[in-house]
Amino acid sequence: MTGDAGGSSGDSVMVIQASPAWALSNPRELWAYRELLYFLVWRDIKVRYKQSVLGAAWAVLQPAMTMVVFTIFFGRLAQVGSDGVPYPIFSFVALLPWTFFAQGLAGSANSVVGSANLITKIYFPRLIIPVAAVAAGVVDLAIASVLLLPLMTYFHVWPGPTALVAPLLLLMGFVASLGAGLWLAALNASYRDVRHVFPFLIQMWLFVTPVIYPTSRVLALLRQVGLPAWVLGLNPMVGVVEGFRWSLLGTPAPPGGVMAASAAVALLLLVTGAAYFRRMERSFADVV
Amino acid sequence: MNQVAIRAEGLSKQYRIGGGPRYKTLRGSLSDLMSAALRPWRHRAPETIWALRNVSFEVKSGEVVGVIGRNGSGKSTLLKILSRISEPTEGRVEIRGRVGSLLEVGTGFHPELNGRENIFLSGAILGMRRAEIDRKFDEIVEFAEVEKFIDTPVKHYSSGMYLRLAFAVAAHLEPEILLVDEVLAVGDAAFQAKCLGKMGDVAAEGRTVLFVSHNMPAVQRLSKQAFWLDQGRLRQEGTAAAVVESYMSSVMAITHTAALPPDPERPMRLRRIQIECEASGGAGMLEFSDPISVALVFDVNRVVTSSHVACFVSNADGVCVLGTGDADLDAGRLSPRHPGRYQASFQIPAKLLGEGAYSITVTMGKPYVEVYDRHEGIVSFRIEDHTSRRRASQHVRRPGILGVELPWDVRELSE
Repeated sequence: MTGDAGGSSGDSVMVIQASPAWALSNPRELWAYRELLYFLVWRDIKVRYKQSVLGAAWAVLQPAMTMVVFTIFFGRLAQVGSDGVPYPIFSFVALLPWTFFAQGLAGSANSVVGSANLITKIYFPRLIIPVAAVAAGVVDLAIASVLLLPLMTYFHVWPGPTALVAPLLLLMGFVASLGAGLWLAALNASYRDVRHVFPFLIQMWLFVTPVIYPTSRVLALLRQVGLPAWVLGLNPMVGVVEGFRWSLLGTPAPPGGVMAASAAVALLLLVTGAAYFRRMERSFADVV
Repeated sequence: MNQVAIRAEGLSKQYRIGGGPRYKTLRGSLSDLMSAALRPWRHRAPETIWALRNVSFEVKSGEVVGVIGRNGSGKSTLLKILSRISEPTEGRVEIRGRVGSLLEVGTGFHPELNGRENIFLSGAILGMRRAEIDRKFDEIVEFAEVEKFIDTPVKHYSSGMYLRLAFAVAAHLEPEILLVDEVLAVGDAAFQAKCLGKMGDVAAEGRTVLFVSHNMPAVQRLSKQAFWLDQGRLRQEGTAAAVVESYMSSVMAITHTAALPPDPERPMRLRRIQIECEASGGAGMLEFSDPISVALVFDVNRVVTSSHVACFVSNADGVCVLGTGDADLDAGRLSPRHPGRYQASFQIPAKLLGEGAYSITVTMGKPYVEVYDRHEGIVSFRIEDHTSRRRASQHVRRPGILGVELPWDVRELSE
């Protein structure tokens, strides 16, 4: 369908020609295709739960098992510390936004190549594909979050009013995931060897994000080498994960500079990712 | 007076070609960059091909236009540009009205989802509003004749049911301009008839239709106008009858053999085809009283199952007079084929096809499901009758596609 699928304007003229190299997607067109976005998200979720025997339980089991492993090896054996909160809930609360981010990143990075059959047969704003891939993770996140309740009851850790900020932090995780995902999706469509880097990239990203350990220990290290705290925030997931912990568990808030840097980098990733994606999108149908 | 629905000016599309895959690797690009930086004077422009070159035309609102041409002539590229899937390299198109494109049957279908879910998904992908799908849902199910299986995952559907459902969704799209590609090339005769009927309805409703087809009778029946694309250029436009006629006479230039380069991307690939004419007097003429042998060589590039190799013989009007496949009499050939090079042959019996020109289309793939390799009219031949009795006695061409000689029983009735 065409760009004016949203409006029923029979008189409007659509012009097809080679587009300029750098341009941003037309927000009105994206809005016109919102129902398609909804259906793609719905498809991803339906198919994911239909294909696995465990179904929705998988979304809970994955972070739960990771929490158990982290607790045994990092909480007990390595004694990495957890800002005064019981380690299991300390790591689980970080795993929620992290898993959402990592799955969204992996999903969107492979989304364009995985949708080759659609891209070569029908027009719609290509941006919808990676957006849908990240958005589908919201359901997994919601299901996994249910486990918070028994954990909080067991450890007697209850969130205060700061919990109201949590959705904003998840939004920031969404932005970071989509921003990085857009870069990788466009690169992946054009350069087929890039995908071998994804698992490694995500693993490295986990280690530089305070999921396993508290930021407080890294801050001490930074002070020793004389770097300002906000440098940590250049990894947007530092702000998301530490902020999420602060909002739900009342751990020390990340220094303001970290949050600002994380938010800025997440936005920067999204804007540059969208621009790069738009630039490469023109040739997707010819290369995938 | 009719408005112009589609106006194309100087439309061109350039593709990069070469021995390598269509996509690049980052490693390769980086090393290219390095070597280009080191030896700028040895830089060589990549090989390119114009799939479409300077094509201009107008389609008036309410017109039905058939687009014909050989494989690789740019027909599909044209539809891809008009439906915005791929951008033109040069030129521009103005389109007035809501466009629906149907480049394959079943776009967006997911095997794990059931019929009901796929109707909504595929409808949304084709550009329908949710409310619109809700409204037309019952109609779609009825048209597809799948009421009983609407809650069954489509992976359990027969290929016929799958096609019917997929087409039903597409058929209920109500665009002002419809772009259709080769949809009619799949499915059995009943399904094709249904598709043609629906396209006729769409045309009768006064919508603009542009459709690519190899089915010449369908082009002549459905469309008043036709475009003939040849090597990326618009060779002829005019009334469907005139364009089809000149296209067919060009296609019918006799070629008894054809060879093709390998294509490892395709699971099966035709490499060579030859019409044997030892008995004939040469010059591409085959004698009516001799059998015609067709020999093929093809590659199987990966293990394929339920696939066949088929040939369709069409006459000069584009009517398919004979279809034959290697699994027709030996279902064992539907079992997995293993990679390698194969030779196949069959014989068209003597005295079966009447005088005239014929072309052979070769297709390989899963019947009605997937086409691995297809070559429209890749070889052709002409049958002439110099020997049969009726020819010798009458000196005129007897009408009829078939030339089968039938024994008659004639006797005087005694009172």
